[in-house]
Amino acid sequence: MKKVLSVVLTGALAASFVMSACAAETIKIGGIGPTTGPAAIYGSNVKNAMEIAVEEVNAEGGDIQFELEFEDDQHDPEVSVNAYNHLKDWGMQILGGTVTTNPCLAVGAEAVSDNMLLLTPSASSQDVIDTGDNIFQVCFTDPNQGIASADYISNQELGTKIGVIYNSSDPYSTGILSNFLAEAAEVGLDVLDPQAFTDDNSTDLTTQVQACKDGGADLIFLPIYYTPASQILKAADDMNYDVKFFGVDGMDGILSLEGFDTSLAEGVMLLTPFVATATDDATVAFVKAYADKTGGDIPNQFAADGYDVVKALYKACTEAGVTEDMSPSDICEALKEVMTSDDFSYDGLTGSDMTWDASGAVSKAPHGLIIENGEYQPMD
Amino acid sequence: MEKKGKMKKTTKTTLTTFGFVAVFWAVIEILTVSGHLSSKLNGLLIPVCAYMIMAISLNLVVGFLGELSLGHAAFMSAGAFAGIFFYTTAGAELPVYVSVPVSFLIGGLAAGILGVIVGVPVLRLSGDYLAIVTLASGEILKNVLCALYIGKDSEGIHMSLKDQFSLGMAPDGKMLMKGAMGITGIKKFANFSVGVVLIVITLIFVLNLMNSRAGRAITAIRDDEIAARAAGLDLTRYKMIAFVSAAVFAGFAGVLYALNYSALVADKFDYNLSINVLVMVVLGGMGNILGGMIAAIILTILPELLRGFSQYRMFIYSIVLIVMMLFNQAPAFVSWRQRLMARIRPKAAGKQDGKEEQ
Repeated sequence: MKKVLSVVLTGALAASFVMSACAAETIKIGGIGPTTGPAAIYGSNVKNAMEIAVEEVNAEGGDIQFELEFEDDQHDPEVSVNAYNHLKDWGMQILGGTVTTNPCLAVGAEAVSDNMLLLTPSASSQDVIDTGDNIFQVCFTDPNQGIASADYISNQELGTKIGVIYNSSDPYSTGILSNFLAEAAEVGLDVLDPQAFTDDNSTDLTTQVQACKDGGADLIFLPIYYTPASQILKAADDMNYDVKFFGVDGMDGILSLEGFDTSLAEGVMLLTPFVATATDDATVAFVKAYADKTGGDIPNQFAADGYDVVKALYKACTEAGVTEDMSPSDICEALKEVMTSDDFSYDGLTGSDMTWDASGAVSKAPHGLIIENGEYQPMD
Repeated sequence: MEKKGKMKKTTKTTLTTFGFVAVFWAVIEILTVSGHLSSKLNGLLIPVCAYMIMAISLNLVVGFLGELSLGHAAFMSAGAFAGIFFYTTAGAELPVYVSVPVSFLIGGLAAGILGVIVGVPVLRLSGDYLAIVTLASGEILKNVLCALYIGKDSEGIHMSLKDQFSLGMAPDGKMLMKGAMGITGIKKFANFSVGVVLIVITLIFVLNLMNSRAGRAITAIRDDEIAARAAGLDLTRYKMIAFVSAAVFAGFAGVLYALNYSALVADKFDYNLSINVLVMVVLGGMGNILGGMIAAIILTILPELLRGFSQYRMFIYSIVLIVMMLFNQAPAFVSWRQRLMARIRPKAAGKQDGKEEQ
């Protein structure tokens, strides 16, 4: 038994020498996200998109090739750390994950102690990048979405009296709201008292809409996901309340919600990094590749984030001259220097001219979109 | 308690149980020192220890008291949050060898208090009713913790069940607990030896309790409640002893578990976790401490070993679970195993007792 094992291992070792001698540098990228369980839709989207991006990178035939292994974490911090350790045993050199916020906080601490570069597609909480200086985000932080929304509403003079309805049991929603309120005060927006609901009572939101109507709001800001947002649109329509709605990236998906009358969403505005119906070349090519891979599925914003993770890492690795025999910690130092340098920027699906500062937060221009004739149209 | 030595069978059980822990510890230490321990296994050590303690403590309620509890994760949660809250606030300035033991004590105490609060009304019930009420109390605690915001600024500590803004904190304020996000930024303290020491403490307590007067009263209540009452036993008292000590050790397990991660969320301690621990106890054999410990190890490590199956992982895991359950408990398998044992070791055939209650 031992003999067989040692022969196999020696063979593998020899093979790896031979391979490294003739092929380009192969960097091992790990990915972690929920591909099973209640949040599976996010993880699966990221996984598929990362695989597409890796295939594209390897097809380019540059000096750097990527090898991707994506592990399931069931949206559970404990399982996520297990997946991280599993990937470490596999030989991961850079981590492109995790997809969801709470697991990312647990894995982030591990990545900090190993000094492993972590570029998360979609864990959007501020706490994630505060964990360490080797952690970077492709998505906006929740606070940044709130600030960007307040600025956008103020600059475009979209409303005079702003109502807000938010989900108090969701860190995503409260995170956006707190910074929206702070920035709104800064730029002098007239904001009514925010109306709260929780996950458990999100089926009838008439009271909250009524409160906005009574307050005389002509624009309602919705820092929430699209399912409760659809209830709000319906409630406003039922009470003949003519008001404008402004959402954030969680609103993306409202047009594909089953059983929802999309005509109600006419005129809804949202700030989002990605929509699958956009007509630029990169998005069209990606949506097609995604549909080919999955048998017709339409990628959501998480998929686009996942795609950008791989492509941004590729660009950074190329500029940093990363080689496959470098340790994760050395790669991390090299990439950190490149990504935070002034002349590094990356044009991706979720924003052009993306740059990163030392905090790990991304800076990119959000797209303002408006729903017209059942489609997302650029607002500017 | 000193009667333990005279009873041969219990001494033997005690020795094998402690022997198992010693072997477990030695194997891991040898693997660590010789550098053969993979990161994956290394990362699993603390959760394994925590679940072992959970299985041992739940065995007190399910195996020895004979009551079905579906809310054991709540005690783990109470312990974890209380212990970690201390660890990240007051404990942060203390040296580790003070803050960690105190965190354990606070966690155990909090879980014990919750055990009393839940136990007093609940232990008047039995069977299905008790199962449902424990399940409900676990969910209540989870939802309360999910909505709890605590912050600290120059004016002291603020608390709210609504949201972060209603705390009305000064700008210098720092959030200590953020509702659904829980407690973040915990300075990790993961030490396998501490886990093993906790397991040993739990075992010493539980095995001694079981071989004591109180322990015999507890098993008497399980076997026949009416007869036990007729014999003049104070049912509530003995039920409380079992229930509350189980809660305290679940609290220790919670602190141990939470110290291993940098973030702690209440969502983790839902009924799935309670049922997982119950599965460990049932798989290991109710009332069989060693079996529960082995089941805890297997059930924690198995899903990670099955990663090669990618998305079929949890599917395979469930099938393996069903097969193991049948192999362990189905009458045909049990008698087949006993016949097999009888052929190999004629003396060992009688060892299967104590597993088939209920």
